[in-house]
Amino acid sequence: MIRIENLSKSFTLHNQGGAVIPVMAGAALAVNPGECVGLTGQSGAGKSTLMRMVCGNYLAAGGRLVVGDLDVVRAEPRQIIALRRHTLGYVSQFLRVVPRVPTLDVVAEPLLAIGTPAEPARERAACLLQRLNIPERLWSLSPTTFSGGEQQRVNIARGFAHAFPALLLDEPTASLDAANREVVLTLIEEARARGAAILGIFHDEGARARVCDRLVDVTGFTPRAAA
Amino acid sequence: MTVMEKVAATDQPLLKVEGLTRRYGPRIGCADVSFDLYPGEVLGIVGESGSGKSTLLSCLAGHQRADLGRVSYDGRDVLAMAETERRRLGRTDWAYVHQNPRDGLRMGVSAGGNVGERLMAVGARHYGQIRGKAVDWLGRVEIAADRVDDRPSAFSGGMQQRLQIARNLVTSPRLVFMDEPTGGLDVSVQARLLDLLRGLVRDLGLSVIIVTHDLAVVRLLAHRLMVMKSGRVVEQGLTDQVLDDPQHAYTQLLVSSVLQV
Amino acid sequence: MSDLSPQDAYNFAYLDEQTKRMIRRAILKGIAVPGCQVPFASREMPMPYGWGTGGVQVTAACLVPEDRLKVIDQGADDTTNAVSIRRFFQRTAGVATTGATGEATVIQTRHRIPETPLTEGQILVFQVPIPEPLRFLEPRETETRKMHELEEYGLMHVKLYEDVARHGQIATAYAYPVKVEGRYVMDPSPIPKFDNPKLSGSPAIQLFGAGREQRIYALPPWTGVVSLDFDDHPFETSKAPHDCDLCGAKDSYLDEVITDDQGGRMFVCSDTDYCAGRRARGMKGRLWAPEPEGAA
Repeated sequence: MIRIENLSKSFTLHNQGGAVIPVMAGAALAVNPGECVGLTGQSGAGKSTLMRMVCGNYLAAGGRLVVGDLDVVRAEPRQIIALRRHTLGYVSQFLRVVPRVPTLDVVAEPLLAIGTPAEPARERAACLLQRLNIPERLWSLSPTTFSGGEQQRVNIARGFAHAFPALLLDEPTASLDAANREVVLTLIEEARARGAAILGIFHDEGARARVCDRLVDVTGFTPRAAA
Repeated sequence: MTVMEKVAATDQPLLKVEGLTRRYGPRIGCADVSFDLYPGEVLGIVGESGSGKSTLLSCLAGHQRADLGRVSYDGRDVLAMAETERRRLGRTDWAYVHQNPRDGLRMGVSAGGNVGERLMAVGARHYGQIRGKAVDWLGRVEIAADRVDDRPSAFSGGMQQRLQIARNLVTSPRLVFMDEPTGGLDVSVQARLLDLLRGLVRDLGLSVIIVTHDLAVVRLLAHRLMVMKSGRVVEQGLTDQVLDDPQHAYTQLLVSSVLQV
Repeated sequence: MSDLSPQDAYNFAYLDEQTKRMIRRAILKGIAVPGCQVPFASREMPMPYGWGTGGVQVTAACLVPEDRLKVIDQGADDTTNAVSIRRFFQRTAGVATTGATGEATVIQTRHRIPETPLTEGQILVFQVPIPEPLRFLEPRETETRKMHELEEYGLMHVKLYEDVARHGQIATAYAYPVKVEGRYVMDPSPIPKFDNPKLSGSPAIQLFGAGREQRIYALPPWTGVVSLDFDDHPFETSKAPHDCDLCGAKDSYLDEVITDDQGGRMFVCSDTDYCAGRRARGMKGRLWAPEPEGAA
């Protein structure tokens, strides 16, 4: 489902003397449907960079990066938009939403975006918020006012609202208590069971051991020149 | 057929712009601008004042003549079009939301009359239906039905802007031009307007070209982003990609200059 | 009334030949494109703007020595404005004048169309203060011209919409906008909307002159003129719900006359010629009492 071959990335800092900083070279991995692959490596090794490249947030310098049947490296912006809408879900560590939009609508939005009618979309959102223990009295409020843990759970609910065939998870269990951690891990297992290809970063070793089929150390993708 | 193939095969660009150039004497308004806009897409255009983004918008909307280039809308050549036809597009398929609602509203006419004007312009002649539709649209932009007979001068800035949007969208346009639509509004009103616009874009399948200098606005609203400097497009791509991984020196400067809250 | 023959004092009908030619051209153009406002170089007239300078120039350009002129103001032949314009043409053109609609060949009018149906060969000249029907909502002349050119008349209905929204009905009672032969929207001058139906299919030539605004427009004979309206608020004429208290007419436009300070009032035909004609034929209204001097 996700296949990466010889992927490379560098940043050019035009406003700092045009310094070119290579951050990745020769990255390769594959995630099959129904499989969960964890990225490991030290902080700054390029885990998040790789994730961002998969979803098209960072441009790749070279190589191939195929999600479903789309090569993200060469894709048109609108193809990536469609990819994110239908195929590739992304749970980031940060919640970025329009302020003042009710939580329920924030979670239902990915479903509305693919044309799900408002009623079932809201029902699905409510169901997820319930499972993630967000009190119902908060659903009509904007999540921008929530605590970090609550925002993280809203983010997860949003990411799992639509049954994406591929999922990127960036530290989904960080800042969660035991009960909610359990809910999130169950959600991941369910997604894997229905055939989703999952690529994730888990600092929580217990979680990593429980949901990941394989681990890939991104340290191996660090360019030699810079090392 | 997969989703990807469907995206590639079925839809045609709604607006196709090639090499659009507008000069003011020796100075460049905008030069050699090319892009495609697909149905349902929101394109943000950012750049500092004088970068040509507003010139580009008014050339596209036909408010100014372009010197060079081609603009085709739904397969029709916009620049070669007779004025009658272009103005007809302007009140049916297209909409233009001005930064200052006073430029886009008739201040001496009631809210209902403002919304109804485009309907009457395309031949609606049933008062009850026109009024019903006006009330419906006021509701959609969260203006209470009992304000339908009030003049916009009695409205707050945010309400005026929402009224302008209702007035523009009542004829179900397919392409909306927006020039700094959240410009003069305070932040809390901005947020509500952004949410409204997102909902309308999604529910009506609108294509939008939005000019702004507010990067936070484009991040939340635009699918794609075009960065302009000195009348030229220096970078374009997915909005979050351009903002998070800017390639051009000017974009890097622009992004890094934003004050963090 | 003057010892000089008119030709000694003035060119016939006051205007110099160049001006007359220019105005006649504008009139012909107006007739060729019914309802379209034609600009003309309006001249200074020996009367203030608002007193019918546009109508006077059109009348002057139309008059020939054989004409018989009638001038009415709000339907009456004997008000100051009507009298002064009539005297002006008596002095400068020496044409015959009349109060009888049926006898006149040229009728200059302010704010009314005579009740007596016009006939072929007659010319009705309207005095127009503001020729642009779209002016109320769109102050830019460049824009209104473009709207006429491109037939963008939605705005005209916005005005009617505002009327209904505010008053529950189309409250515009005079200068009620019309569409001419399905093309130009036209201001019929401040005639009551009661008169609007008379504009359409008239055997007479109808000419409109706006002096200050420098516009002439026209309706050739038998032109179709439709008053704008909504499907659910159709155009309706209106008049005071009374009969004329002098001649008993049921179908003519009435003026309300206050007769004392106890609330006494009467309704009389605004068209004095029509009213007098009916009385001469023996028709009587509620308050008609023949007096020695006929000071009705």
